[in-house]
Amino acid sequence: MVKNRPSVGALLDSATRGTEMNSKEWPLYEVFIRSKSGLSHRHAGSLHAADDQMALDHARDTYTRRSEGVSLWVVRSSEIVASDPAETAAFFEPAEDKIYRHPTFYEIPDGVENL
Amino acid sequence: MKKDDALLAYVTRLGDNALILGQRMIEVVTLYPELEEELANANLSLDYIGQARLFYTYAGKLEGKDRDEDDFAFLREGNEYRHVLLVEQPNGHFGDMMARQFLFESFYLLQLEAIEQCSDSSVAEIAARAVKEIRYHLRHVSQWVVRLGDGTDASHARMQRSIEDLWQFTGELLAADEIDDLFHEKFNGPDLNAIRDQWHSNVANVLKQATLEKPGDDWMASGGKQGRHSEHLGYLLAEMQYLQRTHPGANW
Repeated sequence: MVKNRPSVGALLDSATRGTEMNSKEWPLYEVFIRSKSGLSHRHAGSLHAADDQMALDHARDTYTRRSEGVSLWVVRSSEIVASDPAETAAFFEPAEDKIYRHPTFYEIPDGVENL
Repeated sequence: MKKDDALLAYVTRLGDNALILGQRMIEVVTLYPELEEELANANLSLDYIGQARLFYTYAGKLEGKDRDEDDFAFLREGNEYRHVLLVEQPNGHFGDMMARQFLFESFYLLQLEAIEQCSDSSVAEIAARAVKEIRYHLRHVSQWVVRLGDGTDASHARMQRSIEDLWQFTGELLAADEIDDLFHEKFNGPDLNAIRDQWHSNVANVLKQATLEKPGDDWMASGGKQGRHSEHLGYLLAEMQYLQRTHPGANW
């Protein structure tokens, strides 16, 4: 009996054959986790899911198995607008010589330990 | 039947339902097509094994014969198991698995919510922990029932068939016997009459979303709760108990 057991994979494939779901991989989602109240969500990784609700379930089962979070965000990777690596120089280098943007020109009054 | 015997029998049934369904689900571990759903199935089946451990440990204490969780899980014969027939059904295909979990968990969640209010604090505490896990399980599998039912023509037809094939095993969930009645009356346990209506309405809701037809309540299989099982259980136990039977007391 065990020997003839069909794999769930083969059966899930056949259950969805001919559909869009089967003709390409499930879309990629990015996962963000808030580790505890008061902190902001941080990027934790990515996963594949067929729809938004499944992405949330998968994020729960993939990334929060060891109590990593109290809140989850998932977003389709294709929805994220990212800066172009080719434009790194134009985007970020102009900030490098603007030392006046850093608060380093203040004299720290005597007696102040932390600022 | 005495009050204490009914409690022991009821707790053993809870453990058996959890263990056998957990074992069924873990049978297909590593066979999933998607990593994320694979992890989900492993998580969910381990939730069940965890619940079985708690129920068995408490059953051993109630029984007072120095039997631990492993004795209950590995050293009983098929006819000593008191789980419902639904949970021992073979996995079939993915839709069958989702249908089986959906039908069982729609019941189990209501059962646990009622047990949380019962007068035996130990069972109530185990139920309070399990209820959070099962609430998530039911959410997850209900989504799959809707996704496949309201999916393609092929997935719809398969899901409808899965629900119809397993429907005959749902009557036993909702039919009270002496142990259910005693646990209800003496321990303020679940009232299966109330749960029956709620179960039908919850299941109908999801099936409607899934564009699936709710089967009629025709002939229903029964006997699992009394220890009369299908032949499938023997194979399941042979695989699950093999190690402890061959190497008694083996540990790692």
